[in-house]
Amino acid sequence: MARPLLNVPREVKAGQSFEVRILIQHAMETGFRRDAMGAVVPRDIIHRFECTVEGEEVFSATLHPAVSANPYLVFTARLERSGTMVLRWVDDAGVTAEERVAIRVA
Amino acid sequence: MWRSAALALAVGLAVVPAAAEEKRSGYDDAGPQVRAMQDDDMANPAFLWVQQGAALWERREAGRSCADCHGAVEAMRGVAARHPAFDAARGRVVTLEQQVNLCRTERQGAAALAAESDALLGVVALVGLQSRGLPVDVDVSGPAGEAAARGEAFFHLRQGQLNLSCAQCHDRLAGQSLAGSRIPQGHANAYPIYRLEWQGMGSLHRRLRACLVGVRAEPLGRDDALLAELELFLASRAKGLHVETPGVRP
Repeated sequence: MARPLLNVPREVKAGQSFEVRILIQHAMETGFRRDAMGAVVPRDIIHRFECTVEGEEVFSATLHPAVSANPYLVFTARLERSGTMVLRWVDDAGVTAEERVAIRVA
Repeated sequence: MWRSAALALAVGLAVVPAAAEEKRSGYDDAGPQVRAMQDDDMANPAFLWVQQGAALWERREAGRSCADCHGAVEAMRGVAARHPAFDAARGRVVTLEQQVNLCRTERQGAAALAAESDALLGVVALVGLQSRGLPVDVDVSGPAGEAAARGEAFFHLRQGQLNLSCAQCHDRLAGQSLAGSRIPQGHANAYPIYRLEWQGMGSLHRRLRACLVGVRAEPLGRDDALLAELELFLASRAKGLHVETPGVRP
């Protein structure tokens, strides 16, 4: 899986919410389409996305087939102390990808 | 008839029909959501391809990378604004896609990248991005002008089962509606583009193919000299607009 475009501030203020933006390259094949021979193209979408900081869940999402290709997720988070943010997602083919960002709380 | 003529007199004197007077990029005719996607590099999915192109720029193949000869990709500023360009040695018009592959096969000694592949679209988008904001500035003097004239003739040629020319919609009817969409002037100043309908990235050739198939005409082959000449004419027609690569279109 190609690397995503990830936008997370490296330094934030304690208790102040900040925005996390991620754009993931993925075909998000719905499972409803047929190929030129009429065979159903098997579903392959990112069905689960999770974001944790030091083991604690910050945000998670279950995605369904109506999501377009290359999904773009934006959410906000708030931290009290510095830690490593882990963004992890898994698709129907079983491919798991992960991004790690160290965020310092000033 | 009389009433519309009277209306045209009343309103039309001050307001000139937008058709050829004011050049509008496809961006201007897109909806606010699409424009917002293009405005924000973090939300523009084309940057996933640009990122791939940047990795490829540095990757050594056959002992050399693009960067080994060209240096940092910023040195490519202005290149996309000047393409397609007439190659005097070859005696034909060369598009940016073709130039990348000529460079690979003749100078780098690597294999040509497949048409419409993520790798080729990525490199072309990366090089195109360096010219973003510069005015489209293709050279149509001398033999290039003759080539562009052939492209222009094709633009005005009625073809296909629907017997339509490009000009009928994109010159004369631009700004009006086709079903729920506004007909754009059809300027090619943002390619390769991320098109929502494709759910992916595509070249100007892919777009032109879709247009020609749409009027049920024979699409131009990828290596057809006329295709490059048409692309050159479209670029000369877009003079005055800025390069937007990589654009987002509906």
